[in-house]
Amino acid sequence: MSDTADTGPVLAADGTPLKRSLAKALRVQKTRALMLIAPLLIFVFISFVLPIGNMLFRSVENDIVEETLPLTIPLLAKWDASTGELPDEAVYDALARDMVVAVDAKNHTKLGTRLNYELTGMSSLFRKSGRVITKWDVDADAPFKEKFIDLHEDWGNIEIWKTIQTHSSKFTGGYFLNAIDMQKTPDGIASQPESKQILVKLFTRTLIMSLVIMMSCILLGYPVAWILANLPARQSNMLMILVLLPFWTSLLVRTSAWKVMLQQQGVINDVLVWLGLVQDDARLIMINNQFGTIVAMTHILLPFMILPMYSVMQTIQPTYLRAAKSLGATNWTAFWRVYFPQTIPGIGAGSILVFILSIGYYITPEIVGGTKGVFISNRIAYHISSSLNWGLAAALGAILLAVVMILYWAYDKIVGIDNVKLG
Amino acid sequence: MKLTKTLLATTALTVFAGAVTAEEMTIVSWGGAYSASQLKAYHEPYSEKTGVTILNDTSSAEAVAKLRAMSEADNVTWDVVDVVAADAMRLCDEGLALEIDPDKDLAAAPDGTPASEDFGELLVSPCFIPQIVYSTAFGYRTDLVGDTPPSKICDVFDLEAYPGKRSLEKRPINNMEWALLCDGVAKEDVYDVLATEEGQDQALAKLDTIKDSVVWWSAGADTPQLLADGEVVMGSTYNGRLFSVIEEQKQPVAMLWDAQVFDLDGWIIPAGLSEERKARALDYIMFATDTQRLADQAKYISYGPARLSSAPLVGKHAELGIDMAPHMPTDPENAKNTFLYNYEFWADYRDDIDAKFQAWLAK
Repeated sequence: MSDTADTGPVLAADGTPLKRSLAKALRVQKTRALMLIAPLLIFVFISFVLPIGNMLFRSVENDIVEETLPLTIPLLAKWDASTGELPDEAVYDALARDMVVAVDAKNHTKLGTRLNYELTGMSSLFRKSGRVITKWDVDADAPFKEKFIDLHEDWGNIEIWKTIQTHSSKFTGGYFLNAIDMQKTPDGIASQPESKQILVKLFTRTLIMSLVIMMSCILLGYPVAWILANLPARQSNMLMILVLLPFWTSLLVRTSAWKVMLQQQGVINDVLVWLGLVQDDARLIMINNQFGTIVAMTHILLPFMILPMYSVMQTIQPTYLRAAKSLGATNWTAFWRVYFPQTIPGIGAGSILVFILSIGYYITPEIVGGTKGVFISNRIAYHISSSLNWGLAAALGAILLAVVMILYWAYDKIVGIDNVKLG
Repeated sequence: MKLTKTLLATTALTVFAGAVTAEEMTIVSWGGAYSASQLKAYHEPYSEKTGVTILNDTSSAEAVAKLRAMSEADNVTWDVVDVVAADAMRLCDEGLALEIDPDKDLAAAPDGTPASEDFGELLVSPCFIPQIVYSTAFGYRTDLVGDTPPSKICDVFDLEAYPGKRSLEKRPINNMEWALLCDGVAKEDVYDVLATEEGQDQALAKLDTIKDSVVWWSAGADTPQLLADGEVVMGSTYNGRLFSVIEEQKQPVAMLWDAQVFDLDGWIIPAGLSEERKARALDYIMFATDTQRLADQAKYISYGPARLSSAPLVGKHAELGIDMAPHMPTDPENAKNTFLYNYEFWADYRDDIDAKFQAWLAK
């Protein structure tokens, strides 16, 4: 004991300081662990983080205007739109030069499509102009101002120039503004005309209906999970198959089956009419509205609620309930004060699963939702595959992602994420 | 070392598997009866003639978005794509489709008429190779409309004479035109009116009168199903779908051809194919759009061939043995009052009017 002070740091068997030797061993271990998860990490990064990041980036990306019109944009930036006069010849000359290059690379129509999101008519303006401009000689044919206005009267329209000027920056918040029913105009930020406001409404509807679907899943799933957890193994296994059965059927088949059930000439209405509960000319409307979406989605998402509840309920000792009753609790008190609190982690896990799944649901609302039961995801799909306004679709997606994260954070604050159990 | 070798070998294999071999081409279309008619009329004879294996893909509904994604990833896996003319225009605008020269790349008619004249006005975009003329028209349940079946487009808006639900497509195109037409706007003024705010409001106000009785569809198969189930008394869809409900499934449904909207469907070749694949795609197009082949397709589906010279060759249905000519949208008896889809107008106004239309729907 007395000689430790003068031998310095503790040495390992090979003479290196023990601390360093230990760190080295740990490092090797860590590297090995990292190597083991590396395939998954790389997979997640390439197939998940990169594409999503790339897609989200499109919601602010706007370099097409500047790249297609590299000479025009700097000149146009100096133009003062408030004078009410058209840009001067220099701008038209630059535009001619830019357009000749753009038409050659077939970029002018892309630009037209981009600007048409902001001002209707841009698309054909660029397409029609391109056909003529390709024949121009940029040096011999000057001046161009008259020529442009001859070519299409819109080139003499100040609104066209204002729109190009407003949307010429490399990055834009315009898509995000559009996503919340606002717009970027030459005079600043303004709301969309009332006749075009729909997206905020859809966001709210998506959230409210997802909550309703989640609640009905809890109400329907809780008793089922309780029965599953309390029946003898034989019967509960049978019941489990019934719960899992929908999982083995295609989503489309299940949704279409609801169509057959719920439509006006469908099974449920036929039975009600046959029983005399409903007049033949006053059949119930249960599909192509919110009711249809809620019923079909509750059915489809129910297993995601039952399974976590079931596995949590299984771990609850029946003796707790018996103890509560022997201490004088009524059935209700025993359930509400003793049993229910222990199932909250299962409800929490199921709710998060169902809510997050339903907020991004697309195909079921599309088929049974009609006009009042569609979600924001249907609009995102429209902008991705039909209108090709990927910037707006990305902005909508980013907002949806942010909403989910905020709700998750709120859940963590209120209930606590440690309190979620899948089993 | 061994690991590196294995990895290299796998990568090489993947690359080889990914590259299309010389004997294969991928053709994209709409699926269902339509793809089946192309298979019989074009693909099978072409494979027989050249030995090329044709792989079918049914992604036409998302063709523009997918081609854009493929082109951004620099990996175009499609060789020939079937799209509607409006989509062909957009693909051309985006530089995603190959421009063709009709007289060089397409076969002349048997009498020597050059392709550019034979197709005539249907060559609406430099990238578009027309194949068929189809129309969006109405079908109605013969047993649910009383003694006087609907004969005019405005009967769709007449809830008193024809009570019950009708199905309309969940987009403004066609519906807005029909609404204006039935609100007293002259046919030649429809697009001028629709270009104004007031005109758009007018069309929506007219649609408002039947809004509560409309089932909105988004897939072409919806209306035939709704008619067969008796969910709606009348509904719009593509005329070929109605033909199969009426003649193949023998449902109590009949056609209301008034104010049918003509549209075109045809081929495009994606831009950025390798020389070898491009040559093969062009060879296929040359074969599949000649006069006889276009007429052959009409044996299987009631869409009109896009060539003038094919019309006289349209015969009987291959299986049902009925005359196809009276079922064609272009038949003079059916084409008394028609509309042609206005491509330029909708390219400009699509986004704007669609936003309004969707907002109106959600009200």
